[in-house]
Amino acid sequence: MIYNEEFEALPREALEALQLKRLQHVAQRVYHTVGFYRKSFDQAGVNPDDIRTLDDLKNLPFTTREDLRDNYPFGLFAVPMSSVVRMHASSGTTGQSTVVGYTKRDIETWSELMARCFAAAGVTRNDIVHNAYGYGLFTGGLGAHYGAEKLGASVIPMSGGNTKRQIVILQDFGPTAICCTPSYALTLAEAGAEMGVDMRSLKLRVGILGAEPWSEKMRLEIENKLNIMALNIYGLSEVIGPGVSMECAEGREGMHIFEDHFIVETIDPDSGDVLPPGEQGELVFTTITKEAFPLIRYRTRDISRISTAPCRCGRTFVRMERVSGRSDDMLIIRGVNVFPSQIESVLMGIEGLEPHYQLIVDRVETLDTLEVRVEVSESIFSDEIKALQSLEKRISKDLKDYLGVTAQVKLVEPKTIQRFEGKAQRVIDKRQI
Amino acid sequence: MKVEQISIFMENRPGALEQVTGVLSKANINIRALSLADTSDFGILRLIVNDAATAKKVLQEGGFTVKRTDVVAVEVPDRPGGLHSILTVLARHAINVEYMYAFIERSGENAIIIFRFTPTDEAIDILVKNGFSVLPGEKVYSL
Repeated sequence: MIYNEEFEALPREALEALQLKRLQHVAQRVYHTVGFYRKSFDQAGVNPDDIRTLDDLKNLPFTTREDLRDNYPFGLFAVPMSSVVRMHASSGTTGQSTVVGYTKRDIETWSELMARCFAAAGVTRNDIVHNAYGYGLFTGGLGAHYGAEKLGASVIPMSGGNTKRQIVILQDFGPTAICCTPSYALTLAEAGAEMGVDMRSLKLRVGILGAEPWSEKMRLEIENKLNIMALNIYGLSEVIGPGVSMECAEGREGMHIFEDHFIVETIDPDSGDVLPPGEQGELVFTTITKEAFPLIRYRTRDISRISTAPCRCGRTFVRMERVSGRSDDMLIIRGVNVFPSQIESVLMGIEGLEPHYQLIVDRVETLDTLEVRVEVSESIFSDEIKALQSLEKRISKDLKDYLGVTAQVKLVEPKTIQRFEGKAQRVIDKRQI
Repeated sequence: MKVEQISIFMENRPGALEQVTGVLSKANINIRALSLADTSDFGILRLIVNDAATAKKVLQEGGFTVKRTDVVAVEVPDRPGGLHSILTVLARHAINVEYMYAFIERSGENAIIIFRFTPTDEAIDILVKNGFSVLPGEKVYSL
């Protein structure tokens, strides 16, 4: 089903003309309202007037996560705060998280994009949507909420956690669609089975799942355990939140990028060169309608591939395949973005700890787990068990408080963390997704 | 009046203890008393040895995290209620026993128990004043 036939099925030629017009407009606007962009355009020797074709986009400089961090919190906002009606932020310690703003119109745009996603999944106003994405600074909860409301569906604003209650509501309220991370969908399936609930006979029909990497194997498992159709949704808070692209129920092969609002490029992460469609590389997005927080050529670090092949659903938008990895060391643990450097700075904030640590990421049953191994130095060692246990608790609590990740802390003997050429291997990701 | 104890951090895994005893054995260190406190993933091995300084040195050289702590060795009458009589005195003075373990050797008719108190000095004073025999380190190391 197509929510906005006029735009979603626009012939390519008209779509590209619209993109160019919007790109020229946004380039002018950021150049004249955001100091960072004026500086970066000037340094690259480009002027918004130089954009005559879509191909000229490649001459504009990239914007990186570091740029966002450097301009924390509001340095990249292109409107005065009085026009901002909402803020969201990515996970991370203060100064390392990225803050995004929305005008009233941005919220409307985002709601429409999410409504398009629900429609692509076959959801209508007659559906009840169980929204188990987290509500708060994270864009998932409110993003899906507004989209489902815009569509006219009945929303259950569950947010994350409290799994038993979620199962009761899944039974009692009879939602027909569910939004959550794929791993949480499996958690619900298993917790329900443990409670003796036949999770296949619920009224659930479709799942709109995303915010973390997953696989076709997981899709089959979810579909089998919940007796639903599981669809992939993609987005990131910097670009707008969820609703940057969405798989359609008809094609189920790649996510349609809403190109009337975003221009996508694939680049070689090392050289920065633009790659032709079909080649695997890092996705780069330019937002062409956002008011409060426009982004020019934002490097997502997500590795994917773009397909321009027409889709049976009738949308003319290109499709991206599921994200296969990251071009940096960011970890996504249960939907929370974490850099090893952030964990290190939390550890270093604890007196006596030395930077000898290792992160073991795994997936137990369906949930991502993070184990933080810390070598016990003499300055933190005690002859009393309770002192060491309280140290473990302190580390866990700090990681939860500052980064929002749940970690199992394990104290290990000195020099037991493998070192290669003198350099410790910081991250071991055992997940098989 | 205090006894030096060395504690060693150990992961809960096969062979961990054997590595410690190997290092001590090679350095000709004799273990006089020991206790192993454990959790699901780590443990603390506490030892009274005949030569704490050497033991600490060789263990550190062997890559272990080692700490020296003062503990108290008390002679306990080897009869029913013997330990209770000591603990009663300590409880009355609000001295906390962090942990304790028994010494293998006896001192005449009495058993020896190693205590880790907080606060240590006050605990020794109270025990001595109440007529208990607190053994000096030198005596304990060579028992």
